[in-house]
Amino acid sequence: MASARSLRGRVAVVGVGETAYHKHGQSPDPEFVLALKAILAACADAGIDAHDIDGFASYANDRNDPARLAAALGVRRLRSATMQWGGGGGGCAAAVANGAAAIAAGMAECVVVYRALAQGQFGRFGQQVGENALSGEMAWQVPYGVIAPPQKFAPRVMRYLHEHGIRREALRAIALASSHHAQANPRAVMHGKPLDAARYDAARWIVEPFRLYDCCMENDGAAAVLLVAAERVREWRQPPAYLLAAAAGGEHRSGAQPHNAPKYASANYAGIAQDLYAMAGLGPADVGSVQAYENFTGAVVMALAEHGLFKPEDANDFLTLDNLIAPDGRLPFNTSGGNLAECYLQGMELIVEAVRQVRGQSTSQARRHDVALVIGGPLVTPASSLLLGSEAAL
Amino acid sequence: MNAPRTTYLPPGLPAPDTRDALSAPFWQGLREGRLLVQRCTRCATWRFGPEWICHRCHAFDFEWLPVEPRGRIFSWERIWHPSHPALAGAAPYLAVLVELPQAGGVRLLGNLLGDPLQPVTIGAEVDGVFEPHDVADAPYTLLQWRV
Repeated sequence: MASARSLRGRVAVVGVGETAYHKHGQSPDPEFVLALKAILAACADAGIDAHDIDGFASYANDRNDPARLAAALGVRRLRSATMQWGGGGGGCAAAVANGAAAIAAGMAECVVVYRALAQGQFGRFGQQVGENALSGEMAWQVPYGVIAPPQKFAPRVMRYLHEHGIRREALRAIALASSHHAQANPRAVMHGKPLDAARYDAARWIVEPFRLYDCCMENDGAAAVLLVAAERVREWRQPPAYLLAAAAGGEHRSGAQPHNAPKYASANYAGIAQDLYAMAGLGPADVGSVQAYENFTGAVVMALAEHGLFKPEDANDFLTLDNLIAPDGRLPFNTSGGNLAECYLQGMELIVEAVRQVRGQSTSQARRHDVALVIGGPLVTPASSLLLGSEAAL
Repeated sequence: MNAPRTTYLPPGLPAPDTRDALSAPFWQGLREGRLLVQRCTRCATWRFGPEWICHRCHAFDFEWLPVEPRGRIFSWERIWHPSHPALAGAAPYLAVLVELPQAGGVRLLGNLLGDPLQPVTIGAEVDGVFEPHDVADAPYTLLQWRV
């Protein structure tokens, strides 16, 4: 029996939806329209009338605020509206948790979790330094040419690779697995554009230790999932994906900028993973597939190890293409292509894919699909993770 | 004819706000050729970046103490794809994260002077080099490092 203070089995995802995915700047629709289309697609998937949505949850300072969405969609009554603080894509799983918590607490009936990005409309992540004098963490980095996310995160990953002797081949396996799965997924931006080892190896450096294909894409698109209370799942048409556990946060002083986190060579998941497995009553061996946020391949190594899926000293042996691909690899990984090859939607696409895995509807279905793990953006604070499961996992 | 460059990176990057209330003493120190690091006056815990409160004992009182600009490379990166127009043509360049054992192990980010293609060793000892940017509207000084 789960503790009363738990989300285990209380809430389920009953609908998923996404827009077409585009290269950055190429969405024909404004960002707000992308958000609306993804929400309506999730409603259509579930068979829910969008007027019945009464809660909105997002993260990463999504620009499409619930008041406008609720008015535009004509929802009967807006109840829950939650935004996960900070952390960019680290908040994707936490947004689901916040929406689920509202339902479990009786504060909402039907919450949509969503993320929309149109970088053509609003500018790219990597190029957002203004001309004003710098304060806060930027003041300690930008004058030294450490500006964009890959530059800010590279030293943290470099230290981890150094401490644990991780080889390039391990990073390469992550990039190749994402690309491999994207080839089966017609929604993926990199569908029809496979990556092989030679091309990975020959790619230019972005910042050591990351070559081009170690870094996520930037894209336009939107995705959404619909949450309802577990006792209501029979009202909708899709098999439910139950929330087995969620956890979020950061290690002691992980937000000490610049680069002064005590546990520097960490993706920030030790405490999260502990909470996550405890809430679910499961362990790493129960995980059938994992969708892990790739901002950078090296950070994925850290995130997977911190979730107990292998020991850091075994990373070089574990992280091979064969082990990471569906249906029967030891740990099918990013089975829709993820941020590297499906669409960089800051992890929302990973949540959609984990639901499809639980339903048995993935384009690269894992044989073991009763329990699916989602790991939000590593290296940031707060980060978050999620375990979803089928009815058999309850 | 262009004068030889006196800074590691070309001019044109945004400058730090050296009048920021919390960090002004740090920037003033660098202008004077001194590295100042914040320390709690109650429990003597060092901290960087600057903060208003001690994370250990919650005292608001602190002092800025001079620290010898010597440290060890804790991590590093070689940047090949710059993200600012001012850096076009400046890549590759090196950034290092330097740990100061004499100040509680706080870490500072800077550039590693010299050949941008030099091998970089985690744990290597480095010395600080004060790099004035006098031409800016609001002059400031950066702290760079050299093996």
